[in-house]
Amino acid sequence: MTPGLQAYLAVASVLFAIGFAGVLLRRNVLVIYMCLELMLSAATLALVAFSRFNGTMDGALFVFFIITVAAAEVAVGLAIIVALYRRRHSVQVDQLNFLKN
Amino acid sequence: MATFFFYFFSLLTIVSALFVVFNRDTVNSAMCMIVAFAGVAALFVLLNAYFLAALQVVVYAGAVMVLFLFIIMLLDTGERHRPLVHGFNLLLGLVSATLLVCGALWLAGQFPVTVTPPPAPMMPPANNPLAYATSAKAFGIGLFSRYMLPFEVTGFLLLIAMVGIIVLSKRLPPPPASPPSR
Repeated sequence: MTPGLQAYLAVASVLFAIGFAGVLLRRNVLVIYMCLELMLSAATLALVAFSRFNGTMDGALFVFFIITVAAAEVAVGLAIIVALYRRRHSVQVDQLNFLKN
Repeated sequence: MATFFFYFFSLLTIVSALFVVFNRDTVNSAMCMIVAFAGVAALFVLLNAYFLAALQVVVYAGAVMVLFLFIIMLLDTGERHRPLVHGFNLLLGLVSATLLVCGALWLAGQFPVTVTPPPAPMMPPANNPLAYATSAKAFGIGLFSRYMLPFEVTGFLLLIAMVGIIVLSKRLPPPPASPPSR
């Protein structure tokens, strides 16, 4: 028996939850950012699975857009992180509290 | 055989994703991330999305992770003495992630059990050009017919991102001294 839609959705949900836990747990901005990418990747997996099992191209085309936007987002986000590091000399989110006081 | 590959690659993806989260060294995290992306690409292959699998490897595991590694090594933050996660946060994070998985699995269980469709054709049939097909040409048909506007907007978004990066990484002169307040 080949894996069905549910199996792929289960893998995607576990992957998404791992990324979510990483965003919540880690303090390093770069690791948080990688976990965000993990969540996006889980969403693309679910979309491709839906697309395949429904026999339409729409989900796969949406994944194409997600990959493009994610690449642009990573570039901008890393530029922001570098600018932040230049100013604060830290990438730990618990030390980036200059809006607080 | 497909079943074996499915379990192998999904296990590989999930284990390396766990290593991304629970790893002290950021470079090791990035390396595990590459493995996770390759695992997702393999799952794409099992779903007959060969073009997306190639795109995933080239864009994600290639370009994006090279950018990540470059920034990680550029910043080189020595955070190895810091605790990885804090106790109460660990509890909260694991509980919320478990709840998320339970909810998503319940939602996945709501779908009727689907029979695996036959292997996707290379080209979509002429009467239904947006049917699932494997060739890159099938993507082109979709992108240049129904998804023409989003395609153009995405191109413009890339331009905006490029301009934004240049503005962000340019070293601007310090702002002029603020005028004395009355």
